[in-house]
Parts: sequence; C-alpha cells; structure tokens
Amino acid sequence: MHEVDMTKALLQTLRDWWHEADRPLVREVHLQVGEFTCVEPASLLSAFAAAVPGTFLAECRLCIESIPFVAYCPHCQQSYRPVLEQAYTCPTCHAPLTEILSGRELKIAHICTATGPDSYAQNC
Amino acid sequence: MHKIVDLGVNLLHANEHQASHNRQTFDAAGVRCFNLMSSPGAGKTALLEAVLGTLCQRYRLAIIEGDMTTQLDADRLRQFGVPVIPITTGRACHLDAAMVQGGITLLEREAAPLQNFDLLLVENVGNLVCPAEFAVGEHAKIALLSVTEGEDKPLKYPIMFRAADCIVITKTDLLPYLPLDQAALQQNLRLINPTAPIFWVSVQTQAGLADWLAWIDAQLAPAAVIYS
Repeated sequence: MHEVDMTKALLQTLRDWWHEADRPLVREVHLQVGEFTCVEPASLLSAFAAAVPGTFLAECRLCIESIPFVAYCPHCQQSYRPVLEQAYTCPTCHAPLTEILSGRELKIAHICTATGPDSYAQNC
Repeated sequence: MHKIVDLGVNLLHANEHQASHNRQTFDAAGVRCFNLMSSPGAGKTALLEAVLGTLCQRYRLAIIEGDMTTQLDADRLRQFGVPVIPITTGRACHLDAAMVQGGITLLEREAAPLQNFDLLLVENVGNLVCPAEFAVGEHAKIALLSVTEGEDKPLKYPIMFRAADCIVITKTDLLPYLPLDQAALQQNLRLINPTAPIFWVSVQTQAGLADWLAWIDAQLAPAAVIYS
C-alpha cells in the first residue's frame, strides 16, 4: 500500500513534467532512492509495473539507484554509515545522528525519451 | 534515438508543491497548522479530546480528521463544538497535501473563512511510515507514541521521530504495569531527534497535559487571543 501511494505520487510528478515537455514517449525513468527513506525499491518496482499499463508510461522501464545512508559526525569530522543497532550514532564517539550526507533522496534523476517521428505518445 | 532529460526533481514534487501552497494559505490567513501523527491506537484522538475544552477557550480551532474508512474519530471530536472536517482516505494510508487542501475548502464552505481560525489541527491516519514523507503544509509535526510501544520504537521508525517538531509520549498512567525502560525510551528519542521537546502525558490522569498546552501556547503566541 505504501509503495502504491508512492507510485501515485511519482506518476503525478511525471505527468506534470510530461505535459510541460510536450508529451514525449518515455522509455526509462531513473530514480535515486535513499536507504533512509520509507521506500523499498523492489516494492516500488512492483507497484509501478502494476500502475502504468494504459498510461503514458506503459512502455517505460523504471530504474532505481539505491543511495546509501551516510552521516557526518562533526566531533570526529568523519562520515559513517548509521545503523539501528547503534541507534544511528557515530561508531567512534557515539554522538547522536546530526548531519545526514546522503540517504534521504527520493529523486527523479533523469528520464530517457524516444525521439523521432513516432516519439509522441498518445494522450493518456 | 533517445534523449536524456535531467530532472533532479523530488519524486514527491507534486505533493511538496501543494504542501507549500497550503502553507502559504495558512500564513496568509494567520492560521497555525499542526500535523498529529502516530501508529494506530497511540491516542491521537484521545489526546485531542483531553485538551480541546481548554484549547477552545484560548483559540479559534478547526480540525481536519483523517481516517481510512470511517468518521468515528471525527464524531468523537465534534462534541466540543469545533468544526471537524473528516477525510476518509480510502486505501491511502496517510493524508497528503491535496487532501488537506480539499479539507480547507470544505471548512470554508461549511464553517467560516480560514482567517476566522487561529489553529488547524490535522489528525493524520494512524501510520508511522508514510505521513513522515508526505507534508501537508503544517507548521509543526507532532509525533505521538504510547508507553506500550516499547523503548526501541524510535529506532524502528527513525524518519518519523526525526522529522517531529514535538514528541508526545502517551498513556503514562499505564507505566506501573509495563516493563518499559523510560530512560532508554527518552534516550532513544534524543539520539534520533536531539532538539524536539518531549512530553510525557496521560489523558486519564491529566499528567503532563499542561506542559504540552504551554508548548502549543508558545507556538501560537503571536496569534493568541484569550477569550473570556
């Protein structure tokens, strides 16, 4: 259910872009999904596959790059990979999670569209 | 032939855009908005029931009540004479910004223009996952968890508790019957969220409610009008 809602949100954002971009034929959508988000990439792929038939994304492949969860400890001045077992604290000085360098991405990185005489999708 | 279009757009851009619009609407009307979130059964509705009588004496209130299928929670809150706009989300497990915008429209149609209110309380669907990612235009996120949920809940749902501007621990009247390590829960919350104020409350005994109400007063201070 959660990834279904995420897919709806993704489709809405893509639809808004698609109309502004003059409705090209979309071949691939490349996402960056951070490990410290509520999105599970495999579930999003499934939900996307179920949602796009009959839409302007029917021929589109969804590609997801998982972005690692990396934090920065200002005391140690080094980055680290937070883990639940250590309450996401710095493994060296155990300071709380403060600055997140990566892992919160929920980004549509880029889109591959087809160009040429057959490139314009039907109005979906 | 293919063309690559760099977007760099947030997946939730459409919701973020609507949330920003909602926020501007609230600010223009002089209304503060709080988004209450928790797991199902943590006591969001009960907490509102416990404080609405007091809040109504201080502020002009409205409530948007999110639930998946029923209006039971909305019915509980209407008895306080506060406009309650129910939003049944169907199979969506959270309120989103568009739903809240719809709620604002209904509120203005059924009750009064938004500038007639000081505080809009949004009670979100019981869920510790999705609401953390879907902003609705709120000024503050209030996350609840009950003492029955265990010390490690904040670690299991770090995104929700890290995003919270205020954390309310509920049902403290049950503490004598639970093996909860209070210090560990407080510490785990602090490790995830170093800054949000944490309130331990019981709607049964009224413990801690005055402190939470004082926090609300501080958020609304510029807009507070005391009604006799």
